[in-house]
Amino acid sequence: MRPLRLLTLLLAAPLGAQAISVPATVDTLANGLTVIVHEDHSAPIVTVNTWYHVGSGSEKPGRTGFAHLFEHLMFMGSEHAEYPQFDRLLEAAGANNNGSTTEDRTNYYESGPRSALALMLWLDADRMGWLLPTMDSAKVDAQRDIVKNERRQSYENQPYGMVGDVMPTLMYPAGHPYSWTVIGSMADLSAASLEDVKEFFRTWYAPNNASIVIAGDVTRKDVLALVHKYFDAIPRGPAITYPTPSQPTLAKDTLVTLEDRVQLARLYYQFPTVRAWADDDAALEVAGQILSGSKNSRLTKRLQYDDQTAVFVYARPEAKKLAGDFGIVAQAKPGIALPVLQRAIDEELARLAADGPTAREMEQAHNSMESSFLSRIQTVGGKANQLNEYYYLTGTPDAFERDLDRLKAVTADDVKRVVTKYLLGPRAIVGVVPMGKTNLKAMPRVISGVN
Amino acid sequence: MNRILPLLALVVVACTRQPDGPVTEAPQLGEAPVLTLPTVDTARLDNGLTILTSRNAEVPMVSARLIIDGGARTAGAAPGLATFTAGMLDEGAAGKTGLELSEAVDFLGASLNTGAGWENVTISTSAPKRTFEQAMGLMADVVLRPTFASADVARERAAREAALLSAKDSPGQVANRVFYRNVYPAGHPYHVDMSGDVASTARLDSAAVRGFWTAASDPRHATLIVTGDVTAAEAKSWAQSAFGAWQAPSSEATKTPAADVAAAPSSATRIILVDKPGAAQSVIYIGAPGVARNTPDYAAIEVMNTILGGSFSSRLNDILREQRGYSYGAGSNFNWNPVAGPFTASSQVRTDVTDSSLAVFFHEFNRIRDEPVDTVELMRARNYLVLGALGDYETAGQVGGAISSALLFGMPLQQTADDLAAMGKVTAADVQRVAKQYLDPSKLTVVVVGDLSVIRPGIEALGLGPIEVQTY
Repeated sequence: MRPLRLLTLLLAAPLGAQAISVPATVDTLANGLTVIVHEDHSAPIVTVNTWYHVGSGSEKPGRTGFAHLFEHLMFMGSEHAEYPQFDRLLEAAGANNNGSTTEDRTNYYESGPRSALALMLWLDADRMGWLLPTMDSAKVDAQRDIVKNERRQSYENQPYGMVGDVMPTLMYPAGHPYSWTVIGSMADLSAASLEDVKEFFRTWYAPNNASIVIAGDVTRKDVLALVHKYFDAIPRGPAITYPTPSQPTLAKDTLVTLEDRVQLARLYYQFPTVRAWADDDAALEVAGQILSGSKNSRLTKRLQYDDQTAVFVYARPEAKKLAGDFGIVAQAKPGIALPVLQRAIDEELARLAADGPTAREMEQAHNSMESSFLSRIQTVGGKANQLNEYYYLTGTPDAFERDLDRLKAVTADDVKRVVTKYLLGPRAIVGVVPMGKTNLKAMPRVISGVN
Repeated sequence: MNRILPLLALVVVACTRQPDGPVTEAPQLGEAPVLTLPTVDTARLDNGLTILTSRNAEVPMVSARLIIDGGARTAGAAPGLATFTAGMLDEGAAGKTGLELSEAVDFLGASLNTGAGWENVTISTSAPKRTFEQAMGLMADVVLRPTFASADVARERAAREAALLSAKDSPGQVANRVFYRNVYPAGHPYHVDMSGDVASTARLDSAAVRGFWTAASDPRHATLIVTGDVTAAEAKSWAQSAFGAWQAPSSEATKTPAADVAAAPSSATRIILVDKPGAAQSVIYIGAPGVARNTPDYAAIEVMNTILGGSFSSRLNDILREQRGYSYGAGSNFNWNPVAGPFTASSQVRTDVTDSSLAVFFHEFNRIRDEPVDTVELMRARNYLVLGALGDYETAGQVGGAISSALLFGMPLQQTADDLAAMGKVTAADVQRVAKQYLDPSKLTVVVVGDLSVIRPGIEALGLGPIEVQTY
């Protein structure tokens, strides 16, 4: 790791003496590819982290799960590095690699010794520029089967796994980019064709829709020379139109009960909030910390220590590019009915909204969050992915300090305000109960004057 | 005029740099970097506590982990008692409740974790440098002055009972537990999971926890590993303040030396089925008692396993996932421990190809014994292990982990470099030899958790061995 630039701030909370910076340069090739370099000479390793600015949110109707299926196809060989050379060449160089897909983006990384840098960039360039010449239906069929296995493993054969299918449909109106799961439906996966692959590649996998971060024991000069060598010949793609839906809200509580082959009932709450980096985003982060960030946080203390009705509880905001939500999940102790958990959670939310957090809670939350920032910048892999995320969401890769500053600026009143605004109102409720134990099921709230 | 030579020259240029087209040849790898192991400074307090310090000042944080030899293998400890006791340490100490401790830890921007493995109990903390000494004070509180209040024990016991119930939901956890209880006979430490079972959990109480900890908490058997933005002098001084008063117990905990634990007997290949009606996939878990970490064949076994199931391009993953599409992933592993852990190979496969997948596993077990691996495969596996290790010492946490791992096996850190050098020299003959010696398809235990009404006939038809249905 490279020594961080640490600035001493004179006016600061107990821990707040350090500003965090991960210096990075930004260059743009003629074809629109953004190249971000962070030098860190502390270990002889390098990471290449590429984000394509497309995720499941850009899928067409009837093709849910396609962005993720496409991610798998990016490992199936390209014109000059035919399958299965991608994985084999990297392993032979001591490097590992993977990719992941969310609603908003698809990322790919290779990590390994610095001696593998040119290989990593060449492989990434070849699949960015020349994926289609060797693509065929057999490859699509093969990865379709594997993705269906992934879906079985993570959803169908996973306790509580089917909640993931239901929740997006409760939170987002039909047609909203977040109203289906990233993994997609089995039927839509079956429908995906080679033509879909070609069209998706030509539309979204262009250099002008990607940013690539190279971080590690390298110099900017060497990196740029290699990037020019491998990526310059890739043509710019068509201009891209991104979806711009508004943040949906819920008019009333919606409730779904699922019976599953599980031993214990589990409650899921989800509230609409705001998109990433919107004004209330940071205050919701702090609220999450105060609700379940540690043992003595509000919900954990109440459900696990005072009432002892839950095995675990967590509250977590998830702010995405186009919209945000805030989830609360609690697993009931044996025999505990979900309305018992609901009542306690609602009481704690109401109490936090009415009184706000204490000064001590705020300080505790700030200090915890600051430390987790330090922890997150310990690896070049972690830094590279974060630089790409910041670039995508804010236009600046090194937004570490800005991100931490907005969290530090959150006041107790801010927390009180966002809990009141977002966490007391209508929510999507999914209750999972053991087969036949519908007596444990969650209940919609009875709101006086409304129901 | 010759047209040929200029054309040839053009082709040569095109291969290296073609302004309007792709670079068509894979680039050569650069010169491989050399692994530099972290340096470790050793000190000792009067009470016997060993302090190992390794400095890495790139992030202004310090991490410490206190390793106390003993763990779940401690003589006389009921299944689950060591891990439960470790979990109780931060549920109240030095007059603070668990919640107050948690608040104090968070206030310092620190983390504090407690846990146990087969061989030791570990208490770890991490904090910004400026609050680290206070964090170490809280760490000492939980080690030296835990409360173990009955009400707290009852609450955590109930939480553990609920977790044991939930384990039944996960086919992977069921397969794992059924595998261990069958492969390791009653009396062997690995027969019951280190988190215990329903019967042993019901017997956990404050007296049992206190009894275990009174004997286990012994500075003579403890090592404090401090890494990050810290000097050896600072580490020793802080450790003296926090742990200087730690006294050895009057009665010492004991443990059977790893080498004296009777090896689990091998049994002829058998199939154990666990029914999960309606399951979309079957969990396959195949293995046998393995070999201890101090085997001279360690390097060759690691290379062999990397080829068989230890990497994405390995044979098991390549065939079961990429070629056949039966699974999302498959792999194999030698579980390295002072007391030999098992060799296991596993995957989650589509229900209707459970029998075909089992056939692939056995075919590959035989193939790696019967045929020498080819050179490309061998070189790939060697480089993947040797060059991949260059990323293992990037963070203070990774360095602390490497030091504690060396401690666990009673080896110097330098052993890692020696092992890597040995891996770089493993031959195809070595791979075949260790496959024959440590992977015997006639002595495997196969556990399958899935929908028996669908999968049983096909498994029976394979004729791999006797079939038994068990419940969990």
